[in-house]
Amino acid sequence: MFKSIRRATATIAVFLASLTAPVVASIVPAGPIGSDPAGAAASSFPTTVHAANGKVKIASRPTAVVSLSPTATEMLYAIGAGSQVKAVDSYSDYPSNAPHTQLSGNDPNVEAIAQYKPDLVIMSDEAPSVDRQVEALGIPVLSEPAAANLNQAYAQFDALGQATGHLAPAEAEVSKIKGQIAHIVASVHKPAHPLTYYYELDQTYYSATSDTFIGGLFRLLGLHSIADSAKGAAAAGGYPQLNGEFILKANPDYIFLADTLCCAQSPATVAARPGWSKMSAVKGDRVLSLNDDIASRWGPRVVVLLSQVAAELKAHQAST
Amino acid sequence: MVIAAVLMIVVAAVALCVGPVTVPPSQVLGTLLAHVPLLHFHTSTPQLNQAIVWQLRAPRVVLAGIVGAMLAAGGAAYQGLFRNPLADPYLLGVAAGAGLGATIEIVYGGDSSSLLPVFAFVGGALAVAATYLIGVANGKRAWGYSIVLAGVAVAALLTAIQTYLQQRDAEQIRQIYDWILGSFSVASWSDVTLILPYVVVSAVVLLAHRRMLDVLRVGEEEAGTLGIHPARTRLIVVAAATLGTAAAVSVSGLIGFVGIIVAHTVRLTAGASYRIIVPVAMVGGAGFLIGADLIARTVLSPTEVPIGVITACIGAPFFLAVLVSRRGGVGMGGS
Repeated sequence: MFKSIRRATATIAVFLASLTAPVVASIVPAGPIGSDPAGAAASSFPTTVHAANGKVKIASRPTAVVSLSPTATEMLYAIGAGSQVKAVDSYSDYPSNAPHTQLSGNDPNVEAIAQYKPDLVIMSDEAPSVDRQVEALGIPVLSEPAAANLNQAYAQFDALGQATGHLAPAEAEVSKIKGQIAHIVASVHKPAHPLTYYYELDQTYYSATSDTFIGGLFRLLGLHSIADSAKGAAAAGGYPQLNGEFILKANPDYIFLADTLCCAQSPATVAARPGWSKMSAVKGDRVLSLNDDIASRWGPRVVVLLSQVAAELKAHQAST
Repeated sequence: MVIAAVLMIVVAAVALCVGPVTVPPSQVLGTLLAHVPLLHFHTSTPQLNQAIVWQLRAPRVVLAGIVGAMLAAGGAAYQGLFRNPLADPYLLGVAAGAGLGATIEIVYGGDSSSLLPVFAFVGGALAVAATYLIGVANGKRAWGYSIVLAGVAVAALLTAIQTYLQQRDAEQIRQIYDWILGSFSVASWSDVTLILPYVVVSAVVLLAHRRMLDVLRVGEEEAGTLGIHPARTRLIVVAAATLGTAAAVSVSGLIGFVGIIVAHTVRLTAGASYRIIVPVAMVGGAGFLIGADLIARTVLSPTEVPIGVITACIGAPFFLAVLVSRRGGVGMGGS
């Protein structure tokens, strides 16, 4: 039992490390880009992409991409590279027309990946041993781990665009997202006093600070996480397990549930928790159900999440 | 016994008064008195503090006490029954079975985790039943030996299945991992009422059989001459310990170390007779786990630390200190 606990601990450590690992993805200018997108794509290979696993050389435009990252899958389709995607992992559930397979993104099997004869593999987990094995087969691997902020996410759009010959559409997508976010942020009035929230990752009170990717999104709307003042939160990679007393005492203005799909939590289950009915967020109907999947990714649907939260804020601003 | 009881009460009192939110002891006392039936005590304690003390802190303390008492008593009973100093309440596979049950519920249960304790309880009980049947089927000569080996094999098999399910469904891995590490972070009164009947039955049976454990320790034949039916006694004790332990872990998760360390500490400090060990281990186990949970929720407050980390970090050095100071060793036989 203890052996398995140790293993589980290691797995979680890797998981948490992957959430916080710095992304060094940046772009090497791939020569002048013409006005004709197809011409630009054709002229940009071979190319060298900077990813978390270093400089990755891609000889020609990939036509059999395997994505083992749900976020990367969403990004690839958003930048028009969907037709080049040959297989996606079992958790890549969006968009629905992606070629879903049983491939595991967490525990990838190299032979299972190789059977799709990919010419580019994209992973979110930093699994250097798997990286090296796939590379040993002559297949380039892009490691695009969890982004810590929007700029890192934007850089991943560009990296994927460059790697698949869609740099211009990727840049266009980034500008579109930036514009949408600016629009959403502008639509919300700055609150008179700083608003706080409790972000729930599961029903044992794992939460997120404002320094995480998701916390950074909420900060754009003038919201602050109650987990920010928790000791040990930074050591927990920004995802500490909070104490129930602390949450009640902090009495946040909003409660955001990112455990609606995994753990069937809802405003009703929150209100039924012992003592929670006294919280102002519960009394004021300011408990918001988020989609766990969207809330845990850093791809194109951050806009969906942000607009949902903004709409909630505006509804309560209007009523007060 | 008196020392253990006083220690437990002191620890419980401190645990009720200390937490991430500062509530004055007078308000804690007022809140508790307000919940004593028929007293009609009215407290001026703010609503929020009342909720924190009564809805969050008190059930946590009580649950930790019940689970600690059960694990320590189960460990003591198994150590006596198997004449094995390394025996703990998880020896016959209850932890592995409960872990598998919990994992199945988390992976396949879909919505809310309200059935999790049931699955964990049934899994733990079934695992021990399987171990017992296999161990007994092997003949009666080396009973303790064969049943312990059966327990090891059953636990290994169930843990393998549990690990497979957990790895296959990595999205739920943290939920499973949280349960396996054990925690009281979301303890409530409903958890307490859920397990209390089983734990009470188990505790009463174990207390009633503590003399039998002393007799069994002397030897089977002697037990027979004293009119004790060893096979039946063993079955009753195993069933009682399993019932209580499975109930305890079903709400707390797999908290390690309590079951093995408390009974030995009691044996080294209070005496070798199970007439003393079983009740003192219950009280000591309750105090130990309440204290461990207090540390788990305050040391990095308001961030929670897994309680298994605390039980091992505090328990191991403490136990070694007791061991060294007594020099008598942990001998189970002639002591």
